[in-house]
Formats: sequence, C-alpha cells, structure tokens
Amino acid sequence: MDAIFLQLLNGLDKGSAYALIALGLTLIFGTLGVVNFAHGALFMLGGFCAVGVQKLLNLSTQVKDESIPGLEMMVDVPYLQVWFGDTGAQLISFAVPISVILAIPLMLLVGVVMERGLIRHFYHRTHADQILVTFGLAIVLQELIKSFFGATPIPVPAPQMLTGSANIGEWLGMGAGVSYPWWRLVYFCFSTAVIAMVFAFLQFTTFGMVVRAGMRDRETVGLLGIHIERRFTVVFGIAVVVAGVAGAMYTPIVSPNYRIGMDFLVLSFVVVVVGGMGSLPGAVASGFLLGILQSFASMNEVKQLIPGIDQVIVYLVAVGILLTRPRGLLGRKGVMED
Amino acid sequence: MNTLAKQDRWLLIGFILVLLAGPVLLKPFGAGYPDLLQKFCIFGIFAVGYNILFGLTGYLSFGHAAFLGIGSYTAVWSFKLLTMNVLPAIILSVLMTAVFGLVIGFLCLRRSGIYFSILTLAFAQMAYNLAYSVLTPITNGETGLQLVKGDPHVLDRWFGVPVVEGIPSTNFFGISMVGYSGFYFCAALLIISFYVAMRLTRSPFGLMLKAIKSNQNRLKYTGVNTRSYALIAFVISGCYAGLAGALLAVTDPLAGADRMHWSASGEVVLMTILGGVGTLLGPVIGAGVIKYLENIFSSFNEQILNGVFGFLPDALQHPVVKFVGLFVGEGWELTLGVLFLVLIIFVPGGLMQGFQSLQRRVFPAQPTPAADATRGAH
Repeated sequence: MDAIFLQLLNGLDKGSAYALIALGLTLIFGTLGVVNFAHGALFMLGGFCAVGVQKLLNLSTQVKDESIPGLEMMVDVPYLQVWFGDTGAQLISFAVPISVILAIPLMLLVGVVMERGLIRHFYHRTHADQILVTFGLAIVLQELIKSFFGATPIPVPAPQMLTGSANIGEWLGMGAGVSYPWWRLVYFCFSTAVIAMVFAFLQFTTFGMVVRAGMRDRETVGLLGIHIERRFTVVFGIAVVVAGVAGAMYTPIVSPNYRIGMDFLVLSFVVVVVGGMGSLPGAVASGFLLGILQSFASMNEVKQLIPGIDQVIVYLVAVGILLTRPRGLLGRKGVMED
Repeated sequence: MNTLAKQDRWLLIGFILVLLAGPVLLKPFGAGYPDLLQKFCIFGIFAVGYNILFGLTGYLSFGHAAFLGIGSYTAVWSFKLLTMNVLPAIILSVLMTAVFGLVIGFLCLRRSGIYFSILTLAFAQMAYNLAYSVLTPITNGETGLQLVKGDPHVLDRWFGVPVVEGIPSTNFFGISMVGYSGFYFCAALLIISFYVAMRLTRSPFGLMLKAIKSNQNRLKYTGVNTRSYALIAFVISGCYAGLAGALLAVTDPLAGADRMHWSASGEVVLMTILGGVGTLLGPVIGAGVIKYLENIFSSFNEQILNGVFGFLPDALQHPVVKFVGLFVGEGWELTLGVLFLVLIIFVPGGLMQGFQSLQRRVFPAQPTPAADATRGAH
C-alpha cells in the first residue's frame, strides 16, 4: 500500500510537467490550429531562465578568506553576499522562484514575438509546414542555448529551506517510509495552481469567454466584430508562459541541458493525442495519467511481471487508445482528421 | 527502359553520371573521401524511400528510423551467424523490415494525419527503448551490436572461405566493402533504388498514391481501398529504410539503438523537405546537403576560420570569426536549423523548387533541356 502510494506521488511531478506542456500545446492548437513543435524548446528556454538567474545572482568577486586567521587566501564570494550578508545568501538560494517571476514577462514577450513574427504567416499553410517551421525554430533555439550555456546539464538547486523531504507518510498515518522531496510537492502544487488559473481565466473572464467562443467558431466571432486574432496572440503568449514557468520550476528536479525540451515534447505530443486533440481537460488528465502510469510501470514488481514495460508503457497506452478511441480520451469530432 | 519518358531517361543518365563521378566532383568541396560518399548514398536511399511514403501519399511518418535500426541489426546478425558476404545480409534486412513494416503499417494506417504520425512515433520509440533495455541479448544494449572473434559464420565455413585472423571485414564475393569499392557498391544500390522509385512514381500505382495525398475521401468514394495502397507504399518505404540500415552495417559492421531514436526519424524528414517533397531528385540532394553539413561544417574550428578570414583587419577579424564560429563546428546544427527555417518560410517546396524558380528567372523564355529534366522530376 505504501509502495503504491509512493509511486503515485512519484508520478505526480512528471505528470505535472507533461500536463503543463500539453495544456500549452492544446491551447495553441485549439485557438490557432497550429501544431507547435517548438513548445519543448520553450520549456527548455524557461529552464535556462532559471540557469541564467542563478548565474546572475552568483556573480562573484574575490574576497580575502578570513575564516582561517593568518592565511593569505582569496575566495570567490557572490556580490549579493558581500553587500547584504546572510540575506544575500538567502536571496541566492531563491534563484528558481525569482526566475519564475522573471520568466513570466520574458516568455510572454518571446511568445508574442514568435506569434507575430513567424507563426502568423503559417495559419494558411498545411499542418506539415507548421510542424516543420516550428521544428526548425526549435532546433535554432536549442542550438543558441547550447552555444551560450554549453551542452552539459547545469544543476540548479532548490531554495535551501525546501531541499529536504516531506514526511507525507507520517501526516497521513501511513508509516515513516513514505517521504517525498519538498520541491516535487511544491512543483505539483504549483502546476495545479497554474492549471487552475488558466482554466479560471478561460472560464470566468470576458476575455476567456471570447477566446472559448473563438475556439468553437472563429469566423462567427470575427463576424461579430471581435478582433479574434489579437486575442489568440495573447493566448499563444499565455501558453508560452505556461511552458516557460513549467521549465523554470522543473530545473531543481532535472538539471536542464539544451535537449531537455525535445525529450519532453515527444512525450507531451503523445499526451496531447491521448487526451484528444483540442481538449484542454483531456490534455491535463492524460498528462497526469501517463505520468502516474509511467511511475507505476517502473515498480520492480511490475517490471518482473512484464520485463521492459517501464520503457514502453506510455507508447503502448498511446497505441492502444488511438486504435480503439480514434479521437483520444476526450477529443471532439472533426479535429485534425485529414 | 523503353517506357521511360525522354526527360526521365536524361534525368537517370545524368544522375548516374554525377553519382559515379562523385569522388572527383566533390573533391574541391572537401567531401571526396569514401566514408562521406558512402553516407551520401546510404541516406540518399533512406530519403528516396521515405519520399515514396511522405512525398506521394502525404502520410508523415515520424518513426522511420526504426526500420533503419532493424535493418542494421539484421545485417549485423547475418554477418555474425551466416557469412561476411553482404548479399544475404541485405536481402535478409529488407525482408525483415518488410515484415515489420507490414505489421506496423497495418496498425498505424488505421489513422491518418497527426494520429498516424504519433502512432509511428510511438512504435519507433518503443523499439528504441526496448533495444536499450529488454532486448539487450539481441541488440547488445548501449555498446551496440558488433562483430567479435569467434562468431560462427556458418555459411562461410561451409563454402570454405579462408578464416582470417581477428575480425573479418565485410565483402561482396571477395571484394572488400571498405573505401571506394564500398562507395561504388552503395552507389549502385542507390541507382537501382532511384530507378525503382522513378518507375514507381510514374506507374499507375504511383498515380494512385498521389491521389491519396490530394484527396483520400474522394478516392474512397469511388470505391478504391486506399488503405491497401498506402500500406504497400509504407512497406516499400520501410524496405528502403531497411536497405539503408543494412548498408550502414555493411560499411561499418556495428549497429546501435541510436539509429532508431526519434531524432533520426526527424532527420530523414528534414532531408526530404530540404530537398523537395514529392520530387525524385530532391530527397537525394537533401540527404547530401545534411550529411555534408554534419561532416564538413562540424569539422571547422577557430583555426581554420582565422585562416579564412585572415585578410580582414584584426579588429574586424575577431568578431567575424566569433560570429561565424557559432554556425560551424559544434554549432553546425544551428546552420541546419536556420537553413531549414529560411527554406520553409520562403521556398516551401525545398531546394528543388528553389532551383526551378531560379532557373525560370534566369531563363524566362526558353527552357533548357536540363530544365525539362528537372521539371520531369516533379
């Protein structure tokens, strides 16, 4: 029982990341009708926002080491620590949350520029062209990041107060063995909050209502005199921000390198298709579902029963669902069919 | 040959001549060495085959690299167990990929559009992941499958092929497959593949495939079972990939799971698009360009660049070298990405379309025979 609960928890953080990326992909697809292969690269870009902020905060100067008296030695101390003492050191350890706040305007800018500058010209081209141009963009973004930050993964630590593990088992009276890293818990809560915010935005604001109407029937909304394209640009920006903050928050869990986005993207596409193209709840649900399934499949008991299942479970589920439910779990009719 | 249209015949002859003269023609570009030329041919075959599926039927497969990997593994196993002669290896690889293609294609072709892409991707990723984990006895996992001392080589022993010390090399009835002879072997197969693809494109069957691309529903309403046509195209294109995979093993008897990674599938899509989807010559050119970038651009370093830009004043030389350095060496993929973006945005038909519109601009009134030939490629 404990083991199963633990695997459920382990699946949640990966599931959260899948759900966030898939949510953005579906938003873009539902509004603009564009299949965005650059979405993984945007996730990666968010991750490197965190790396950049961490590097920035850690800009160091040489200071004489005074811990050992009588020894002439210079050590690197970050400027912030020199200026503000312990407060500065605390601030440095909060690189990731700070980067999330910074990433929001930055990614919004990236998203709007990307939509106005590139994607806009591809509305009337074929899906294959859209896939290819975003794929090309993803390669360019990746390679630019590689040339600036190098190819090796860069570790970004979580804030010091959140580095340990939460003893969830004790809280729920399940036995002390069930512990879960704090940061993963934070990540899960964070992603739930983001998802809730996106849904609330679409559901409870006038802007969101117009966007939903535009997703249903773009032409009619246009005929009513609403400049739907401008709103869709904003939605694109929001989707990019979601991917960016998801990436920034994920850095303490997996150290980002320039390829992390692509690895996530391939799985996220599977997630989107399993959930049903164009269905937001479907994307979120199947994101968590596949994350948790993946985690269960990597349990030793399961692996002994069916060797190799942990490697293929996601794809196996995708094949199974696509062959039996052609539109995915919650897909609508007539989306992306020829 | 007699049923080939005139322009096709010229295209084929031109293709053969250029290909066979490749070592001489590409020498000035630094690409006149057999290893790279072999790669041109092998990935040319891969891309030509991919084009039969994607270019003609419009089904965008994102898992073709799986066939490449399966072909390689089969070929290496044939070297290990049967004989170092490449002929059985190639035949077995093609047969094996045909079987896999039939099964995977049968399942995947039940859906179209992006669903088809995701299904093929899922199968390829499953193959890749399994090759790394559970199938290690067959694939030798991360190390990759390779020849070792003491492999049985059953057929070689029967026919009394003299046993060599150490690890034997691949051969085609005694001709070693290393260096230029390997290149000419690959080139011969590329020519055959190209010819077959040409005949296929021009045949009624090819016309049917194009009809699937332009309007599958209409074709269905006229009572055609489109899925079986698409399936045949899928299997043929899988066989091409298997052949390419086998040739990779022929020129270097080593098979790794990397070949099945989705990025390898993405690469063949890039090759086809870069050259020109649906054209005959395009995929070969695309494959050549990408392999050239990968091998030549990636070998440039700062020293070479400093040599090239040595004529500039020092103040200018440094930033220029730094900037260009972004695009070569480690960053060759950036060049690929930029090239790709520019092409997709401005010339969606790929390099072939680019050539044609250039040609039309330069010779607006009188199309040359060469223009006829390239137009015939459409």
